[in-house]
Amino acid sequence: MSTATGRATGLIDRLYATFESPRRQMLLMIAIVFVMAILPLIMGRYTTTIMTNALLYVVLALGLNIVVGYAGLLDLGYAAFFAVGAYSIGILTAQFDWNFWLAIPPALIAACIAGVIIGGPTLRLRSDYLAIVTLGFGEIVRFSARNLEITGRASGLSNIPEPSLFGYVIDSYVDFYYVFLLLAVCAVIASHRLYHSRLGRAWLYVRHDEDAAEAMGINRVRVKLAAYVTGSVFGAIGGIFFSVNLGAISPESFSFEQSVLILMAVILGGMGKIPGVILGAFIIILGPELLRDLGELRLLLFAVIMLLIMLLRPSGIWPERRN
Amino acid sequence: MPAFETFLQAIVNGLVLGSFYALIALGYTMIFGVIKLLNFAHGDVYMVGAFVGFGVLSLISGVVGAGWFGLSIAILVSMIAVGCLGVIIQRVAYQPMLSAPRLSILITALAVSLVLQNSALSLTDGKYTAFRTDLGFGGFEFGRLFISHQAIVLVAIAALLMIALELFVSRTMYGRAMRAVSIDKDMCRLLGINVTRVVAITFLIGSGLAAAAGTMAGAYYGSIWYFMGFLIGLKAFTAAVIGGIGSITGAMLGGLILGLLESFGTLVPFIGSEWKDVFTFSILILVLVFKPTGLLGKSEVERM
Repeated sequence: MSTATGRATGLIDRLYATFESPRRQMLLMIAIVFVMAILPLIMGRYTTTIMTNALLYVVLALGLNIVVGYAGLLDLGYAAFFAVGAYSIGILTAQFDWNFWLAIPPALIAACIAGVIIGGPTLRLRSDYLAIVTLGFGEIVRFSARNLEITGRASGLSNIPEPSLFGYVIDSYVDFYYVFLLLAVCAVIASHRLYHSRLGRAWLYVRHDEDAAEAMGINRVRVKLAAYVTGSVFGAIGGIFFSVNLGAISPESFSFEQSVLILMAVILGGMGKIPGVILGAFIIILGPELLRDLGELRLLLFAVIMLLIMLLRPSGIWPERRN
Repeated sequence: MPAFETFLQAIVNGLVLGSFYALIALGYTMIFGVIKLLNFAHGDVYMVGAFVGFGVLSLISGVVGAGWFGLSIAILVSMIAVGCLGVIIQRVAYQPMLSAPRLSILITALAVSLVLQNSALSLTDGKYTAFRTDLGFGGFEFGRLFISHQAIVLVAIAALLMIALELFVSRTMYGRAMRAVSIDKDMCRLLGINVTRVVAITFLIGSGLAAAAGTMAGAYYGSIWYFMGFLIGLKAFTAAVIGGIGSITGAMLGGLILGLLESFGTLVPFIGSEWKDVFTFSILILVLVFKPTGLLGKSEVERM
């Protein structure tokens, strides 16, 4: 590596080191949330909508981060969990006229079941097989959504009603911005708590050395399953609010490309590191907006960046550091 | 008896589909054998092969026509060019990652796949490209059963390539080295085998076979597009797993089995063509979960 890039990396590392202490990180987070909270007052509708989307991706990326970053399991079908949440809410509220809030628990249970179905029998597989199985599972969910009557076939579901809370109907774009901001903050707090929990340490251990973890009395299948189920709950929550925000969903929202985009957010930012993953989610959503003139080349650009990151800085832009 | 003819037709269709799967599955299995990498980009290498074959055929069709002779040249050139591309991919993307954690190299392979796919997307604007040939529509008719000349020749070419590969692997020095590397890389290095070169040759052959399949599939189905490698790549991987990943005979067998299964699957009224892919993926998941070593694979202990 040339001295110039070496110096630049050193500088960036020092910048990260400044934010290494938990207190500073906390302050930074509060500052960011504060800025985010007043953003819709300044920004127009267009920017606010994009930021809402970015916040959705923060939730999704943090969820996938639990599976990939914490537990070290490559999941290429994460959009399936997102789809399960979105379709459960869509079917219950639009087809069966359920109240939105009452429909959330069944949607989350459905996501947990999906997590167990995909996780349960496959977690003993080698890592690359696991990746393929999750990919296959994601495609099965999408094809099923496209072929089944209850999911509205290829055209999907529409007329998903807006939720109301104590008589206040959540319907404007600003309302949804705040809903997603709240979700993102909750996701960050939950991820942080999980990371420092007993389970979080078990994930770390399993990721680094599965056999040693097993020898130390960690039930690796149960621990990995916990990662899948937690990740699927994050994904389903994202899906639930995604579907009521748009009011309509179709199978193509949950394609393999979606799974890859979420994975890219996790990898770009740095697997396992919460601020890194948040940064990655924002880059994934805001990057294409800034590069709109490039058209289809921007996807190529993203793919090249992803490749370069893996080759040059495999731990991401803001990598994890843990002693 | 129409039912019997439908049955035979399904066999014919399954064989054509199966030989495409088999050619791609061979690449997966060989590359997996030497560097234990699931090459996610392999389906996209197949796609690039189809585009290169198409490009070559359009260039030379003015001189030699777009018949069987022209197509053979297109297949050959595409095999060589895309084989070299495979070697470049291996050198640039996979070689530096060989000692990295498994997760990193898998993601790198995924990134390579996306780079190839999106390059093709930008170059073609995501549109289907018509792959025109003058192969004719002749064939043999037995009542309602129809076997086109195209199907016969393509299956024959696929069979020839597979026999050549089998001979290469079992009879030549590099074939023997390849088998040795897949068993114990470090030992091979100690014994003076140029492992890097063996790996390069494996990528050359694997990618070349995928390119042949791509060009042939383009000519057979009449159109190509940037996303054509995704689904078939997954299915060929399924084929490789069914046969037992790492086993060359297994990949051929798995390809044919999957082609036939799919072709018969569409006949079952409950499955139908719209559930065809769900059917294939279910097979994949069932095989991976219950018999991950496949039909001919060896079991191995892995630390993830």
